[in-house]
Amino acid sequence: MESPLTPAEITNLITVETEKVFSTMLGLPIDLRPAAEEAGNEDSGRVIAFVGFAGEWSGSGSIQCSAKLACCISAKLLLMDFDRVNEDVLDAIGEIANMIIGNFKDDAAYKLGPLGLSTPTVIHGTNFQARNWNGQSWTTVPFTCEGEIFEVKISLVQTNALREPLRPAVMLGS
Amino acid sequence: MALDVLIVDDSAAIRKILLRVLTQTDLAIGDVMEASDGLEALKTLESRKVSLILSDINMPNMDGLQLLASVRARPEWNSMPVIMITTEGSQAKVMEAVQMGAQGYVRKPFTAEQIKEKISSCVNGGAK
Repeated sequence: MESPLTPAEITNLITVETEKVFSTMLGLPIDLRPAAEEAGNEDSGRVIAFVGFAGEWSGSGSIQCSAKLACCISAKLLLMDFDRVNEDVLDAIGEIANMIIGNFKDDAAYKLGPLGLSTPTVIHGTNFQARNWNGQSWTTVPFTCEGEIFEVKISLVQTNALREPLRPAVMLGS
Repeated sequence: MALDVLIVDDSAAIRKILLRVLTQTDLAIGDVMEASDGLEALKTLESRKVSLILSDINMPNMDGLQLLASVRARPEWNSMPVIMITTEGSQAKVMEAVQMGAQGYVRKPFTAEQIKEKISSCVNGGAK
């Protein structure tokens, strides 16, 4: 079953909550970009934070940006300078994900019902791809901040559908 | 008299931010202690003097509402001000916290000014 929230509604909620976190906690201007643009694979790596949803609807939300922007965001949040991704940066990006995705979840509750939220998982690396179960589609909202791309993604599927025998779309060969 | 504050949050980033807010406030702040969940907070309460708790709601092991219930169940801690600082926006959970005796709540994201005002209001006997 399709989510009762349209991609446009999801995009609007993500935009409101992302702008609120950036203006309130970071004092950083952030601008919405055309939806086709995606965060590149920077040499210094990317940082991605996932938060899971559970309830009548399941799925996940993520934020993603370059290591450089992750250091900039963390510096604004914690009032410390960072020249590389360390534990403090991972904690800070996890908390930013928690606030954006957590507030999205509360805003979306009027259509999706109450949802539980997992604690964030944060990954720093290079040359990686992220994928969810059975290739469910994501709503992607890219922003520009400090000349870099900051991307927020949401994927939701009705939990009943997950009880059906889903399998990864690609089988490994022998 | 200086306020000895216990910050309870499973996010190290939020603990750091609140510590910074408290050290930069013009309120009289004494010791600032940290705990990453309700169980750790109870251990701190057993061994240290605490005059105000700033607590998240959603945490592993023991969440903020369970911590609040434990604090209100102990006569020696019963009147200690507790402020919930949380991403949890569900009105039901916020009302539950208030009915259980939380003096106030602040929703993340927050500004330093919101935290200072809430603490000031609580220690001066203000409302939610």
